[in-house]
This record gives sequence, structure tokens and C-alpha cells, in this order.
Amino acid sequence: MTDISCKFLVIGAGPGGYVAAIRAGQLGIDTVIVDAEALGGTCLNVGCIPSKALIHAADEFEKATHFSKKNALGIKNSKPKIDLKQTIAWKDGVVSQLTGGVGSLLKKAKARFVPGWASFVDGKTVRVENGDSVTKISAENICIATGSIPVELPHMPFGTRILSSTEALSLEEVPETLAVIGAGYIGLELGMAYAKLGAKVTIVEMQDRILPLYDKELTKPVVARMKALGIDLRLGAKVAGHADGVLEIATGDGKKDTVPAEKVLVTVGRKPVTEGWGLENLVLDMDGPFLKIDDRCRTAMTGIYAIGDVTGEPMLAHRAMAQGEMVAELIAGKTRRWDKQVIPAICFTDPEIISAGLSPDEAKATGHEIVSASFPLAANGRSLAIERTDGFVRIVARKDNHLVLGIQAVGKGCAELAASFGLAIEMGALLEDIGGTIHAHPTQGEALQEAALRGLGHALHI
Amino acid sequence: MGEHVIKMPDIGEGVAEAELVEWEIEIGSEVREDDVLASVMTDKATVEIPAPRDGKILWLGADIGDVVAVGAPIIRMEVEGDGNAKPGEVFEAPPNSKAASDPKPAPEEDTTPPVSQASHAEPDRVASPPPPAPRRAPGEKPLAAPSVRLRATEAGVDLRHVSGSGGAGRITHEDLDAYLEAGGVTAAPNAGRAADPSVTEIKVVGLRRKIAEQMARSKARIPHITYVDEVDMTALEELRERLNNERKDEQAKLTLLPFLMRAMARAIEEQPQMNARFDDDAGVIHQYGGMHMGVAAQTDTGLIVPVVRHVESLSLRECAAEVTRLAEAAKSGTASREELSGSTITITSLGKLGGIVTTPVINHPEVAIIGVNKFRTLPVWQEGEFVPRKMMNLSSSFDHRVIDGWDAAVFIQRIKGLLESPATIFIED
Repeated sequence: MTDISCKFLVIGAGPGGYVAAIRAGQLGIDTVIVDAEALGGTCLNVGCIPSKALIHAADEFEKATHFSKKNALGIKNSKPKIDLKQTIAWKDGVVSQLTGGVGSLLKKAKARFVPGWASFVDGKTVRVENGDSVTKISAENICIATGSIPVELPHMPFGTRILSSTEALSLEEVPETLAVIGAGYIGLELGMAYAKLGAKVTIVEMQDRILPLYDKELTKPVVARMKALGIDLRLGAKVAGHADGVLEIATGDGKKDTVPAEKVLVTVGRKPVTEGWGLENLVLDMDGPFLKIDDRCRTAMTGIYAIGDVTGEPMLAHRAMAQGEMVAELIAGKTRRWDKQVIPAICFTDPEIISAGLSPDEAKATGHEIVSASFPLAANGRSLAIERTDGFVRIVARKDNHLVLGIQAVGKGCAELAASFGLAIEMGALLEDIGGTIHAHPTQGEALQEAALRGLGHALHI
Repeated sequence: MGEHVIKMPDIGEGVAEAELVEWEIEIGSEVREDDVLASVMTDKATVEIPAPRDGKILWLGADIGDVVAVGAPIIRMEVEGDGNAKPGEVFEAPPNSKAASDPKPAPEEDTTPPVSQASHAEPDRVASPPPPAPRRAPGEKPLAAPSVRLRATEAGVDLRHVSGSGGAGRITHEDLDAYLEAGGVTAAPNAGRAADPSVTEIKVVGLRRKIAEQMARSKARIPHITYVDEVDMTALEELRERLNNERKDEQAKLTLLPFLMRAMARAIEEQPQMNARFDDDAGVIHQYGGMHMGVAAQTDTGLIVPVVRHVESLSLRECAAEVTRLAEAAKSGTASREELSGSTITITSLGKLGGIVTTPVINHPEVAIIGVNKFRTLPVWQEGEFVPRKMMNLSSSFDHRVIDGWDAAVFIQRIKGLLESPATIFIED
């Protein structure tokens, strides 16, 4: 048993934890980071990055399929085939390139990585087990960044046929039939990707609509695209069980039905990892299932911080990264406070949905009179030129002073607009500021400027 | 029915424009002949514009604070019978002198104002004030860019206490700078005392604007030298008391002012360069034979300076009577434009509020101003003992471009000598 003592210990090397460790190292703090799995956490290994890689492969395959039929561009091609094993290997390459990058960034910042499973002995001491070796680490400050894991259905444990998102990113063959339980963003992203790869996909959702976090205006183009891809959408339906490649469901009126499902992907949510690391040896306040934190990511115990998914919604990598950066700077003695105006969220469906700030309904609920204006991509030159005119950019502002409260968009390729949406809101832009900024032509970004101008009553291209 | 157009009247010699300071009516008002419609102000005189006949107000051509050229239409009214307006005549000229004097209205351009005969007329800048920055309502979350928020956090400033000048009340780096410079550090909230984040906007118009412009002009153009000395007023006070006790009913009560004016008149005889107006644009000093002494007076709306003309020709009692008459006219607002302009040297006194030292601002384009501080009975060392003496300071400023410090000192020492031996004020050489 070896002992390490350090100023700052980070538990969990996901995007929150590794950013905290890199920043702390940059600031000259003696830092140790622990994780039982590969560096990068869910995001890099089994989340954001691999799913985007798979979605990219599916898009390319779908394009090739599209061009094997009669198409507007006059491209002629034979029917494509996919070797999913090779696709997954390529995806793993992307992942290992990034996780390797995290390792060298940590090294460069002089933060030590200790592989193994960490659990608290007390508020200042953590035991790390790695096989037979045990390391005891005592630290002045500890940051809990244990993340979250997919929720299992009690009657359908994860296995070879019942998949979580993790397994769905490493299949060796495209299943003939795939049932996705839960029409949240993870289920829809992967469900649409497998539909493009050739699977017959059914999506089963208990509620009467998809993506309940987004308003119907935003989800409508996604529903339309799902239909075009041949996805069978079963809303208001409960799952009874799965046997012999068939998923039994019960619809809202109590009728039973079956769905062909060689594989079943369960995406009914994620839960914080609050077990297995010695929470019981600490005295922390909880906020529902999450660890309770204040505006400096401090928990109820002095010297113990928490960041990322374990601290609650929105469970997004970029939120965790910003929290990690802040915690490292706090430990370095800087004065910091969580004062972010906006955490943009993107749903990488086809088309993508982007949301930053308040929707029109949320904005109305704040009690202000609002202006909401949208600009359709059908009137955007770039969108026409890439054959994707479904979607729009929408801007929500206060009526009295034109302060932009929210910007949303739905459209193929619109995810990259999230940067300007976030920047505008974080900087406190008014409709006039966005309307008065030259947006390069021809880009989808022009739709943002036009939406702002429309909010002011003088859009040019509609 | 006809239309009668009222134009900005010619208020005084050489006046090319006047500021609208008050509307007594609004659009739709029914007025009778001789009802007061508006007040306009030029330099220092305020003039009321009466209704020329009965009628109904249709249009007002200026906002309060606008400077309007003489001859520009300011009111249109509907009257019985024929009006003075040609049918179809449209008055859309913007109500500022630039546009009104320019055949092609270009309110944004800084064009030369109409040629003015008055040598002292300054080209007035007429800029409409920028729209007030919208402020955030109480209790609203402060709005600021991330870099501003970071600086505030590090400086320990709660941005809820900082007012924002940007769009939608956004707090800029400059706003934060101003808050920090003003010593604004967030105090712990204490019971019973709350921060008052309110800001009241007061439009600077009318007399206040005239004062502001005049003060800015004086301070910007004139390098002041201020000289202070103390004067033993015991003898003069004895004389003044005696004269007041003996005064006849019709005579004005004597204050210090007429004595000071007469003493200054004697001193100016020896140093006429003090009684002058310096036309610095032309590089010419106009040295006057007539001693026209401005006497700064406080009114409800602000500072004005009525002028006692030709002090060299007035006796002590005549000076006193003139000061009293002008002060009353100024306070009641009935002083004429002539009574409020044309001074060649100025006296400023705050009486009991006079303090012990002031730094008077010269009444541009004059070259000297004499400031009177308060009387105090002080122990003074005389002939081997302390004796109580009535002491008073004179704080006086001079235009150092044309008055050297030596000459300023000689001038004040001469006045001091005259006041300390008051008989010498009245002895003819």
C-alpha cells in the first residue's frame, strides 16, 4: 500500500474531472486524478464522441444509399454495403485518439493519473483499488466527478439483446430490427442512425410526444424526417417484455401489440453515480438523487466539491467542463462564482435541434412580454444548396428592451450555430446587436440575423 | 376658419435664436387673445409669448429645451376668419436654428449659425440629447458580459448594485470602472438601510443650461488666478452702522456692496485694465470707461447677474438703491435683458454663507471677479495685545492671460486699503 498526499484530488476523469485536473495543474496545484476506466469518461468513450462518429458513418451510408436510387443531383452509384465491424473499429480509433490526447494534456499540466476505483475513507482520504494494489490518497481538496450511468428497466436488464447506449455503440452487425425504448435525445440519435444503416427501427415512448424537453415546433421536422426514414413511432405505449426477438408493448388504451426487435435499445434516462465510492462515509446534502452544490460547486463538507452529472441537470459535458475549470480556479485561491447565463443543448437527430436560453413559453413564464420570431431555412440560400430546407432559426427576446432571452434552431448542420447562440446570450445581446452584425453569405447563420431582424419587424428575405 | 402661425419673435437686438423653456398650452387648447402661450429665453432674459387672437392650438413646433431661430414658426392655431398662413403652407422645419436657417434641412450637420450682429453671441451648439439609456428594473438580474462579471467577482462587487449604461441596462467595463472609482464596494446588507439604486434624470434646460454653458466657457477659456487677502472691516462697519442709523426713510439701507463698489471704482481709476472684456477670439481687449458692475444674485432657478451701470457716476446711496432695485427685479423675474447683460466686472457674495475662501469663476468675457467672504470677529495682534476686529476675506479671480499676478495683488491691496480706511473712498484727490 502506497500513500500519496496532494493538494487536489479529482475522482472521475470525464470531461468535468479531466478539465478540473488540467486547469489545476496549469495553476501549479499538486493534482491527482483517479478513474477506474479509460480517461475521458462517458463523453469520450461511450457518449458524445462515439455516438457522433456513428451518426456520421450512418449519414454517409444513407447518402450512398440515396445516390444508388434516382436522385436530383444525377449521381449514379450501386447499392452500398457496410462492414459495421470496421466502422466500429474506426470509431474506436477516434475515441482512442481523443482519450490519448487527454492523457498527454494531463501530463503536460503535471497532473498525476492514478487508475483504479476510488472510495472515500473520510472527508480528506480516499482509497484507490486497482486489482491487488491499494493506494491511499489524502488531499486538502477533493472534487467528486463520478458522472452518470444509463437507467435500466427493472424487468429488462442490460445484456446481449437488451442494450444500453454503450453497447449500441459497439455492435458488430446492423440488426435487422431494432426497438428503441424512450424517445429522448439519446434514443432518437441512435435510432435514426441505425435506421440510416438499414435497420427497421421502432421507437416506443410512454409519453404522447418525442423529446419532451423541446417544444413541438422544434420537434416537428424531426418527426417528419423519422417518417421519411421509415421509423415506426409508437407514442403513449408501455413496454411489457421482450422474448424471441419480439417486444411486447401495451398502448394507451390497454391494447397489446408486438414489435419486431432483434435488439432492444433502452434509453429511458441516466442516473447519477452516487453509489460505490463511499458516499456513506461522508456527510453530504443531497438534492433529490444528486449531490447538492452551491454556486461555487461546494458540497456540504468543507474541501469537497462536486461537478458534472452527479450534481444534476442539465447532464451535459460542457456544463461539467465549465464547473471543473471553476473549481480548479477556486482551489488556486481565485474568486469565482457560477454566473453562466446559458448552457446550450444540442440534440444530434436529423435534423439537429439546438436550444440556447429560454423557449417562447419559458420566456413568457418569466412575466415579461416577449417577441418571438423565426426564419425558415426554406428561405436560406445555403440550405437550398445543400438540399435541406427543413427547419428554422427562432429567436426569443423581451418586448420592452429587445434583450435576447433564447435562440433555438432545428436544421441539418445547424449544430455549429450553437456557438453564436450561446455567445449572443452570454454577452447580453439585443435583437439590434444580432440584426446589426454582418453574417457571412451564404451560410445558415444568416437565418439567425434574419430572425433577429424579423423580431424587429424588418426581415429582408421573407 | 383660418390658420394663424406664430413665429419666434425678435426679442432683443442682435438675438438670432431663443430657447423654448415652457409651454403654457398644449395641442388642442382653446386660447383667448393675450393668454400666455410659451416662455422663451435668450441669454438671460425670459420673454412670454402671448396669443395674438382667440383660437385653438393645432401644432407646436418645438420641445422644451429646443433652441429656435428667430422667425421660425413655433405655433399654429386655428382662428375665426382668415389666418396669416397661406392655404397649404406646411411647416415641417425641424425646430432648431440650424435647420431653420438652412434651406436644405440637415439637422445632423454642424452648419454655421445665422450671422449675428451681437459681438458676444456665441454659436450655440444644438444637439438633441442622446436617448436615455434604458435601465433595468429593480430586482432584475444584472446583465453583463462574462469578462465584466469575472472582474466584478474578483473585485468583490455584487453587480446588482451597479447600474448599466448599455442596451437593456447591460453593465459595461466602463460602468464597473465608474462604480469602483466611486468607491463602490458592496456593503453587507444592514437592517433598516437599503441601497437606493434610483437615478433621476434632470434635463438641463433654460437658465440652468445658460449657467452651465457660461461656466464651462469661463473655465475652459480663462486661466484663472485667484488671490485672497483679509480686510479689517471694523472702521467701515462703524461707518455703515452710523449711516444706516441716520438714513432717511426713502433711502435704501446700506449694505457692504455699495461701499465695495465705490472702493472698486476708485481702484479701477488707477488700474483701468481690470474693467474690461477680453474678446479672445479676436485677440482684442475692450477696456471700458463706464464701470458696469455685475452683482451675482441667487434666484429660485439659479444664478443670475444683474448689472449696475456706470458706477463711476453714482453716489454711495445711488449705488445702494440700484443694487436693491435690481436684486428685486432679478428675483421676481422682471429684469430686462439690458439689466442682465453688459457688465465689465463682477462682484460675487454669498453673505453669511460666504465661507472664508472661494475660487470665483470669472464672468466671461470679463477679466476680473471680486468675491466677498463672510465677516468674522477675530482676535488681531495690535500694539502689543489681541484686540477683537471685524475681519473679512476677499477672494478674487483674474484672467491670467491679460492680468499679471502682480497687478492683481496691487488691485486687491488698493481695495483693501480703501475699505480699511473708508474715508479715503470718498476723499477726492
